[in-house]
Amino acid sequence: MSEFTADLLYSRDEEDLRAAVRSLLADRADPVRLTAAAESPQGPYDPRLWTSLGTEMGLAGLLVPEKSGGAGATHREAAVVLEELGRTVAPVPFLTSAVIATEALLACEPEAAAGLLPALAAGTRTAVLAVPFSASPYGGAARTVTAAGGRLTGVVTSVADGTRADVFLVPADDGLYAVGRDAAAVEAMTSLDLTRPLARVRLDGAPGVRLTAATDAAVVRALRAGAGLLASEQLGVAEWCLTETVGYLKERRQFARRVGGFQALKHRLAQLWLQIVSARAAARYAADCLATGAADTDVAVAVAQSCAGQTAVRAAEEALQLHGGIGMTWEHPVHLYLKRAKSAQLALGSPGAHRQALAGLVDLPA
Amino acid sequence: MASQTSDAAGIRRRTHEFLAAHPPATTDPLAFHRARFDAGLAWVHYPEGLGGLGASRALQPVVDAEMDAAGAPGGNGPETNGIGLGMAAPTILRYGTEEQKRRFLRPLWCGEEIWCQLFSEPGAGSDLAGLATRAVRDEAGDWRVTGQKVWTSSAHNADFAILIARTDPDVPKHRGITYFLCDMRAEGVEVRPLRQITGEAEFNEVFLTGVRIPDAHRLGDLGDGWRVAQTTLNNERVAIGGGDVPREGGHIGLVSAVWRERPELRTPELHQRLLALWAEAEALRLSGARLRQQLVAGQPGPEGSAMKLGFARLAQEISGLGLELMGEEGLAYDDWTQVRPERVDFLGREAGYRYLRAKGNSIEGGTSEILLNIIAERVLGLPSEPRTDKDAAWKDLPR
Repeated sequence: MSEFTADLLYSRDEEDLRAAVRSLLADRADPVRLTAAAESPQGPYDPRLWTSLGTEMGLAGLLVPEKSGGAGATHREAAVVLEELGRTVAPVPFLTSAVIATEALLACEPEAAAGLLPALAAGTRTAVLAVPFSASPYGGAARTVTAAGGRLTGVVTSVADGTRADVFLVPADDGLYAVGRDAAAVEAMTSLDLTRPLARVRLDGAPGVRLTAATDAAVVRALRAGAGLLASEQLGVAEWCLTETVGYLKERRQFARRVGGFQALKHRLAQLWLQIVSARAAARYAADCLATGAADTDVAVAVAQSCAGQTAVRAAEEALQLHGGIGMTWEHPVHLYLKRAKSAQLALGSPGAHRQALAGLVDLPA
Repeated sequence: MASQTSDAAGIRRRTHEFLAAHPPATTDPLAFHRARFDAGLAWVHYPEGLGGLGASRALQPVVDAEMDAAGAPGGNGPETNGIGLGMAAPTILRYGTEEQKRRFLRPLWCGEEIWCQLFSEPGAGSDLAGLATRAVRDEAGDWRVTGQKVWTSSAHNADFAILIARTDPDVPKHRGITYFLCDMRAEGVEVRPLRQITGEAEFNEVFLTGVRIPDAHRLGDLGDGWRVAQTTLNNERVAIGGGDVPREGGHIGLVSAVWRERPELRTPELHQRLLALWAEAEALRLSGARLRQQLVAGQPGPEGSAMKLGFARLAQEISGLGLELMGEEGLAYDDWTQVRPERVDFLGREAGYRYLRAKGNSIEGGTSEILLNIIAERVLGLPSEPRTDKDAAWKDLPR
C-alpha cells in the first residue's frame, strides 16, 4: 500500500471560497422563497442567482482550464461550492452544467468543445448531459437516441436541470452530440426533488453537432466526477439538517425541559454527527482523488457514494422526525431537504450500484 | 549533532547519524532504546531531554520509517505497553513535575517499566467520578490507599499504575479526587485475574489495602485528579480506534482475505453486507487519516471521540459477519483455556474469539452511550440530563 498522500482538509483558499458562496446564498437563497418558487410555472430557478454565482463569482468555470476561459481550479474547490449549495438546496445548475456537462466536454476533442466551453465557463449558457439523472458511471443505461446524418431522434427522461438548459449533450449510437434547446421538445416533469427539476427531452430529427465518437469515455468521465462531487452536496444537505435540528431541540420545550436534553434524542443526533464525520472524510477523499487524477479515484468515488447518500437521507429523515409535527408541514423547509436527499440517493448510481462496483474494484467478487 | 530538526530532511539526517553511531545489529536492544530516547528520537514532539526534540508530531513517521528500514529493535511498543505509551505518558508530560518526568518517561518509553490503569471500580464505571477508593494522608505526609479497582488490563505485568482515588469525601465528587502514580510492587497491592467471555484473563481485579504512595508520586494538585484524568481518558479514546491503519487494516482485512480465499463460503446476502461494511470501514479509516491531518495542522477537532465509537460498532458488525461467513467452522471455538495474554490483540486468534473480544470495544475506555453523551453535549452543545449528583458532597450521595 502506497503512502497516504491525499489532503483531506480544507485549504485557506477553499475556506475563503466557502465563505463567499455562503454569504451570497444566505442573502439570496432563503428557504421561504424557495418553497414559494418551487410550484411557480417557471420552476424554482432564480436566473439572477445563477448569474451571481456562475458568472460574477466565476463558479461556472471552476473546472474549465484558463485557456478555455475558466478558472482552472480543481474538484476540491467545486466540492466546497457543492457543500454550500447542498446546505441551501439552491436551485442552480452547478452540478449538472458546471461539473457533469463540463466534464463531458473536457473529454471531447478540443476543437469540438471549443465552441461551447467558454460560454459554459462564463455562465452565459448552461448545458446538461442528456441522460436520466439515475444513470451510474458503471454503464448499463440504455441509449435511447439514434443518429442519422447528424440528425437525432429519441426521448430521454429524467434529465436533471433540463428545463432551463441551453444545450443538451446527447449520447447517441455513434457519438456524443450537442443539440441546441430550440431543436428539442422539452417538457417539465413533476419531480420528487422540488429544487432540482427534471425534464423529458424529445428529439425528432433534431440537428446535432458531433463532439466525439468516444461516447462512453465522455459519459463515464462526466458521471464519475458527478457522483464523486455529489457526495459533497449530500454532505452539505446532511449538515444543514443536523444543525437545524440541534438548534430546534435546544429551544423546543416539553415536560418543562428543553427536549434536546433527553438522551433518547441526543444519542440519535450524536450518531448522525458520527455518520457525517465519516461522510466528510469520504467526500474529501473523492474530491482530492478527482483533483489529482489519482489511481484510486474509482474506489474513492464508490466509497463516497456508498456513504454520503445514506448519510443525507438519514439526516433529513431524522430532522423531520425530531421536528415533530412542524416537520411534516409544507411551510417548514425540512421537506425540501428530504426530497433533495432521497432523490440524490437515487442519482448517479444508487448506493447499491456503487457497492456493486466496489466488488470488482477491490477484488471482493460475488 | 547540530543538524536541523524542524524538517523531514533534518530529522532524517539526524536519524541516520544516530543509526551510524548505534548499529541495530550490534547494539543491545535496551541500550539502543535508551540511546534513542536520549537522542530525542523516541517521540520527536516531546521536549528535548524527555525523548523528543520539540519538533512537529508529523515528523515522527519519518524517524520510524528510517528506524524500521535499519532493523531497529522493537519490544517497547504499544502492543506491550499501550497504557504507558498512550495514556500515562501524555498525562505525565502535561501534569508531571520535572522530577516526575525525568524519573518515569524514559523507562516507560524503553519498555523497562510497564504501566496499567487503576480507574474503574465495581461501583464506578460510567460514573467514574463517583469512585470510592480512598487515599488518606499519613503522619509522614505520604498517602495510604485502600479500595478495589477492576477491568485492569496488564495489571499482572505492570510495574506502575496511573491511579485516581478520593482524597476528600466532603466536597462534590468531581472535586475530591487526586491522581497518583502507584508502584504495583508495593505492599498491599493484590492482583487477581478476571476471566472474560473469551475464556482468557486479560483483565484483573486489583485490591489495594493501605498501599503507601509517596506524595512525590502525586500527579497534579490535590483535588485536581478529575481534570488530570481527562487527559488520560481523551488519549485512551484516541488510542482505541484512532490508529493509523492501511486500507483493509483490522477486522475488515481478515474477513476480506477469507472471502477471497474461500469462494465456497460466499452467499449473495453476505456479499451485500461485506461490501457495505468494507465501504464503511474505509470511510472510517479516512476519518482517522483526516483527524491526524487536523492534529498535524494544529486544528484538533472533536472527531477523536467519533473514532472510538465508529471503530467499536464496525468491529462488532464485521467480526459478527466474519463468524457467519465461516459456516460450520464457526460453530467451533479455538480454546477456552484461561490464558493470561501479555498483549491485548483484538485481531488475534480465530473468528469466534474476535467476535467475542469485539463486544468489549463498546464498553472499555468509555461506553458508547457515554461517548454519545459527550458528543451531544460538548460537540453539538445539547443540554445535559437534569442531575442531582453534581453539587452534593460525595459522602452524601445515595449508594
